Amino acid sequence: MKKLSVLLFLTLFLSGCSDNWGWYVVNPYNKSGWVNLKFLISGYYFTLLLSFTSILISVAVGLLVALPGLSKNPWLRKFNRVYVEIVRSVPILVLILWVYYGLPPMTGLEINVFWAGVVALALSDSAFQAEIFRAGIQSIDKGQYEASHSISLNYRDTMRFVILPQAIRRILPALGNQLVYMLKMSSLVSVIGMQELTRKANELVVTEYRPLEIYTILVLEYLALILVVSAGVRWLERRLKSDERV
Amino acid sequence: MPESPVGNDIEIKNISKAFGEFAALKDVSLNVKRGERVVVCGPSGSGKSTLIRCINGLESHEEGSITVDGILLNHKTKSLEQIRSRVGMVFQQFNLFPHLTVLENITLGPIRSKKVTQEQANVRAMGYLERVKIPEQAYKYPRQLSGGQQQRVAIARSLCMEPKILLFDEPTSALDPEMISEVLEVMIELAETGMTMICVTHEMGFARRVADKMVFMDQGRIVEMAPPTKFFDSPDTDRCKTFLKQILHH
Ligand SMILES: Nc1ncnc2c1ncn2[C@@H]1O[C@H](COP(=O)(O)OP(=O)(O)OP(=O)(O)O)[C@@H](O)[C@H]1O
Ligand SMILES: [Mg+2]
Repeated sequence: MKKLSVLLFLTLFLSGCSDNWGWYVVNPYNKSGWVNLKFLISGYYFTLLLSFTSILISVAVGLLVALPGLSKNPWLRKFNRVYVEIVRSVPILVLILWVYYGLPPMTGLEINVFWAGVVALALSDSAFQAEIFRAGIQSIDKGQYEASHSISLNYRDTMRFVILPQAIRRILPALGNQLVYMLKMSSLVSVIGMQELTRKANELVVTEYRPLEIYTILVLEYLALILVVSAGVRWLERRLKSDERV
Repeated sequence: MPESPVGNDIEIKNISKAFGEFAALKDVSLNVKRGERVVVCGPSGSGKSTLIRCINGLESHEEGSITVDGILLNHKTKSLEQIRSRVGMVFQQFNLFPHLTVLENITLGPIRSKKVTQEQANVRAMGYLERVKIPEQAYKYPRQLSGGQQQRVAIARSLCMEPKILLFDEPTSALDPEMISEVLEVMIELAETGMTMICVTHEMGFARRVADKMVFMDQGRIVEMAPPTKFFDSPDTDRCKTFLKQILHH
């Protein structure tokens, strides 16, 4: 709450300097300013859709990659290491460009901007998710597996009912960080033309020539988004903690 | 249950087990008859835990053979599954599932592996909670219970799988002294029902009372095996004598 009020104050303060600045460009009280502002804010739609779709996929893929990393079989462990190392070493921006421009001619598949963004973001994030899950699962006491074994649970049930529920509670802060990171990284998908927050701001700058004001709004948009999401993650953490009693 | 033809529930023949270079079990053999109660004792590191963990496949043995209720334990998934469903285990550290309530801890196994409905499992679980005398704790989380209560939940969790054999690995060693007797009491009642039991414990009062057979281990071998009267009054080996003197003086 305090942060939000500071934010509000900052905006008001900045709008006070309207002599040197050109705040008319996003001033909700004049018609074109209001249209511009709506245009900028509408970028939230794809920023959110892109980020949440990507994080869901990357969590699933990350888990699937983490499990072989915990296996006794050295080949499965090797697969986990190779996947993580390769994916982790490619910059996200490069991955986005490669998936959008490189993948279609290589595979003959058509891919639109949105799904190219999702594939690139999810792929890149999955390596981090895999490491987070691996660490989380490894932190669970060996006795939990032994107890599961002794009541005849198979591997799947042991993971599903005993290990993962505990591991996920422990890694929730890390997953929250990844989500915030994802929201920020989604701005890179603007380079292939995804109409999210950053792209919208860029386009408006080209027509209005007011980069200072428009990018300031962009910064505030991300700031507000991240603050809200972080608060949501903390709320979820508290809720899960309260019935954990560990 | 004990009336069925008296065979061996567990046959351990000449097993060995090494952790790297270190031999934890050396040529160990042990037969346990149906309904028999065996108490295993011995100094720390003598291989007691390793021995009973081999019986339900938590550790793999290298030589020799283990047969449980007629099933050869060979670490193929099938035999492991069959053996697990016949053998329950109670651990020193309880190993309850902290994110589940007491009732959920107890019903998870039956529901997932025995194809019992939720209601049937709940009824059965409450029955076993009564047997361990804490039905009123059913909806609490493990963390909210005392150590003695937690261990009794762990016993109920094992019982709810309706095993033929129960293994106990120092079930009272992690408990405060005032809670030991409530757990031992439950174990004594269990012994009276004719359950086949192998208990690793240093509670010699309990051993005298329920054991049919005492086993003393040292450095990975079974050094002495005798009925309790003989075992406590005139053990054959000096090592066993010294050990008994030490723990009975505590
Ligand atoms: N996973 C393992 N890796 C390496 N060594 C092990 C492992 N488990 C047990 N050991 C060793 O094997 C020996 C026997 O261990 P075990 O746990 O069976 O002893 P114990 O008789 O149960 O002792 P305690 O009374 O302390 O529980 C010990 O020396 C122990 O250090
Ligand atoms: Mg032990």
